[in-house]
Amino acid sequence: MTALSVASVVENRPAAVPQAVPKAEAKGLSFYYGDFRALKNLDLVVHEHRVTALIGPSGCGKSTFLRCFNRMHDLYPGNRYEGEIRLYPDNTNLLSSEVDPIEVRMRLSMVFQKPNPFPKSIFENVAYGLRVRGERSRRTLADKVEQALRSAALWNEVKDRLHEPAFNLSGGQQQRLCIARALATDPEMLLFDEPTSALDPIATASIEELISELKSRVTILIVTHNMQQAARVSDYTAYMYLGELIEFGPTDELFIKPKRKETEDYITGRFG
Amino acid sequence: MAYARDLAEVRLLIASRKRWDYVFALLGLGALMVAVLTLTALFVDLAIDGIPRLSLDFLTSFPSRRPERAGILSAWVGTSLVMLVTAFFAVPLGVGAGLYLEEYAPKNWVTDVIEINITNLAGVPSIVYGLLALGLFVYQFGLGESILAAGLTLALLVLPVVIVATREAVRAIPQGIREGAYALGGTQWQVCRDHIIPYSLPGILTGVIIAMARAIGETAPVITIGALTFIAFLPPSPVGPEFPWLSFDWLWSPFTVMPIQMFNWTSRPEAAFHANAAAAGFILIVMTLAMNGLAIWLRYRLRKKIRW
Repeated sequence: MTALSVASVVENRPAAVPQAVPKAEAKGLSFYYGDFRALKNLDLVVHEHRVTALIGPSGCGKSTFLRCFNRMHDLYPGNRYEGEIRLYPDNTNLLSSEVDPIEVRMRLSMVFQKPNPFPKSIFENVAYGLRVRGERSRRTLADKVEQALRSAALWNEVKDRLHEPAFNLSGGQQQRLCIARALATDPEMLLFDEPTSALDPIATASIEELISELKSRVTILIVTHNMQQAARVSDYTAYMYLGELIEFGPTDELFIKPKRKETEDYITGRFG
Repeated sequence: MAYARDLAEVRLLIASRKRWDYVFALLGLGALMVAVLTLTALFVDLAIDGIPRLSLDFLTSFPSRRPERAGILSAWVGTSLVMLVTAFFAVPLGVGAGLYLEEYAPKNWVTDVIEINITNLAGVPSIVYGLLALGLFVYQFGLGESILAAGLTLALLVLPVVIVATREAVRAIPQGIREGAYALGGTQWQVCRDHIIPYSLPGILTGVIIAMARAIGETAPVITIGALTFIAFLPPSPVGPEFPWLSFDWLWSPFTVMPIQMFNWTSRPEAAFHANAAAAGFILIVMTLAMNGLAIWLRYRLRKKIRW
């Protein structure tokens, strides 16, 4: 891919609305898998109602970074955070040991790389986040499930078979189901971990369209290994390499006139 | 074709290498046949000796001094009740322990030691469990030579099998499913209750039934704790005509089980008793096969609903 093709993608996209407020901010964030330091002193601001993309070659730590935001690393022993991630407006440090990871995960939802619907019905998949929160009212559940499925552009395809198993859906539908599941609980932020890497181009396009629609409702942080995808969907882009944040800025600027040589080498395909 | 000079040579080379495929296939088939044919022969022999003796009377009669009147009523009732007690204790304990080890236990050296020892426990000879039970259940706890003591002993014996089966079933659940549930804000128990347990149920059930199939044939530990070899009465009925309609007196009753009844008959000199033993053995095998069949069917039925 040439710099020109990415630049043309960027220019054909409506420009980001200015005056974004910060929703989350990583400050001096380092992360350790045992003794291995996977993230090195990252600083990054995620703006509210914007899409922020994390790009970089495999193993650069972008997924690791994303999974810090909902404390996914707490599920495994030997992991350690340093520094903080502040969530605004309440200025909570998500990484603080006094903050329960469950609280964090109730505020930030995640969509994974491989669609991972539960082996339950379509309805139960979307309702699960609400059930976890103790929602019992059938009415509320039905309403919220419909709303979430509509937001994920899946309602029309599944409204007649809500009680069929979720694994009957196609890969792209399953991923939209996972997005609906993540949306049903009205999260403040939506974390996407390479959400289209297991999907075909058509399903990918529908997910990207969805991401662009969703940002009016929720702040989005997305990891992608696909630079055109970052250029298409994001307002801000961060380029990471070997656990470090090399460059961060508005997507247009980063792709058209990157400030750092490393970033330019990566986005023009000379490297990575 | 860097090494071959012409096509004929290549073909010859392939043919000579493929000979070893046939040789190994034949050897493997031979090994398989030794196992299958021996088992079939045993089963057929038992069936030929035993089937003529099978009748409804055989199932509904107590043992007797006269072989043609003897039956296995007390044996199969005893076996069923002992199995009931075994399942009642082994399933919740085994599943609970397995779940804890997989989902809750911190991964450190203590857990490692426990894990290794559970695998070792599965290999401890059953007679050792019998001796332990004799000292602990029969004398220390004062349970006597009862159905309860036997059920507990066998529960202890198959506990490792249930634990290992549970852990394997739990481990087969993709990590993505777990992460998905945790990412929605689930607590450990919510994830266990709503996901881990339901999705591992087919595997757990299969393990439990296979454990039961092992327990049903156990003789040594049951003899050790003092099962009777000749018993001409049934334990008190678990359901009664009066409130509260359920009675647990049967737990304290003396009993016998199928393999002991068989053993008793084979040790008699009269040939007619040997036919009885064969018939009882045939029924025992059929019971075991039926349990395994049920396990396969259940797994098939439940797995159809779970896919990832």
